[in-house]
Amino acid sequence: MSPRITLAVAVRVLRQLRHDPRTIAMLLVVPCVLLTLLWWMFDGNDAIFNRFGPPLLALFPFIVMFLVTSVTTLRERSSGTLERLLSMPMGKADLLLGYAIAFGLVALAQAAVAVGLTVGLLGLEVAGPVWMLTVVAVLDAVLGTALGLFVSAFAETEFQAVQFMPALVLPQVLLCGLFVARDALPDVLEALSDVMPLSYAVEAMQEVQAGSDVTSTLALSLLVVAGFVVAALTLGAATLKRRTA
Amino acid sequence: MMNNADPAVRVRDLHVDRGGREVLRGLTFDVPAGQVTGLLGPSGCGKTTLMRALVGVQKNVRGEMEVLGQPAGAKALRQRMGYVTQAPSVYADLTVRQNLKFFATVLSAGPDSVDRAIEYVDLGDHADAVVGRLSGGQSSRASLAVALLGSPQVLVLDEPTVGLDPVLRRDLWALFHRLADTGVTVLVSSHVMDEADRCERLLLMREGLLLADDTPQALRERTGSPDIEGAFLTLVEKSEEVVR
Repeated sequence: MSPRITLAVAVRVLRQLRHDPRTIAMLLVVPCVLLTLLWWMFDGNDAIFNRFGPPLLALFPFIVMFLVTSVTTLRERSSGTLERLLSMPMGKADLLLGYAIAFGLVALAQAAVAVGLTVGLLGLEVAGPVWMLTVVAVLDAVLGTALGLFVSAFAETEFQAVQFMPALVLPQVLLCGLFVARDALPDVLEALSDVMPLSYAVEAMQEVQAGSDVTSTLALSLLVVAGFVVAALTLGAATLKRRTA
Repeated sequence: MMNNADPAVRVRDLHVDRGGREVLRGLTFDVPAGQVTGLLGPSGCGKTTLMRALVGVQKNVRGEMEVLGQPAGAKALRQRMGYVTQAPSVYADLTVRQNLKFFATVLSAGPDSVDRAIEYVDLGDHADAVVGRLSGGQSSRASLAVALLGSPQVLVLDEPTVGLDPVLRRDLWALFHRLADTGVTVLVSSHVMDEADRCERLLLMREGLLLADDTPQALRERTGSPDIEGAFLTLVEKSEEVVR
């Protein structure tokens, strides 16, 4: 592994994105439009907006980065550039971390805009530090990137890669506590939601909103999400094979 | 230590299985250093598999395979070999120069190597064009340029001249010979037999086996045919007689 190569990968991924201004615009605008829609739906009912806002701030970066990364990596695999890179002095960690850094930075921009809008204009009430919402959102995005990198190994076409979203992400959305509080779920489902990373991401957002301090629950949730990131990146590295059939 | 008398590539009884089928069925040959060697054979005969084994990205390889005195795929070889796949493997959404700069960083090649590589493949006028908007021939030249970054001692080129116009093809072959003159070992595959005469040495392949390993001239004399296509046919007929 070398920091110089890791950085080169990150810069390259961002450069590729820069040649695609429509994707950049959608990455930044779509979450804002959806959050505004939510605020408008519950016209005047701040309590409901305050309940749904934070989980959604956790969901958007996760889902978007999952999709973007799984398609980008699949492209890298099918275009032969991955094979070429692996025949060069490129460490697998360089590639994975490069992607994580690049998409983490994109997520930072996305989260800053979304948090700025919900807290600044739409009046989301947050007892904890507002910047902490952004930190949690970026961590969620990196989680999405890491999982996307991993599952792209199991997709042969872009159609398949996109299908992993409903297959792996939607169950987490249903069970993360957004619709039904996790402790009110049937036991089996609660147990399932206990091993899903998104549950902890949403919990972290809710903790920031509720508490004015960095609580131990918040610290623990962040740690769990970070643990999932490391695990997914490690699994992702295992799927990058220099020698293929 | 390597010197020019040692072959750059040494292969002994190489077998490769793909999807339950043996696609390379026992190859033994040497590739001399500092020469342009052509790997010729019809499409599907195993040329690409052989090249992938050589650069260490092929699974299920049995037998001996050494490049520059090290086992094929060794970590130390990654900086000393240039590999071009058949389909252009560059990023379609980056410009030629951005692609080359990225790969140059990965290879620790100096910034001047980018300009030199662009000049080698004659893409100066398109250096700042996005690869996805270039023609097929232009993007495969961009892919070739990546392999020329740094100073590879062995170049493995999978059909780099297919679909290019004759002038460009001539220029690229001249480039391969220029590189070989500086000591670079160039292994070029092609399914077009009339490219054979541009090589100093030929490996003729068919159905996972080696038909011949010789100079173009010796092949023509041995088979009594005026061109390599004829020589190939004669050798195929001979080998089938032996089987019968």
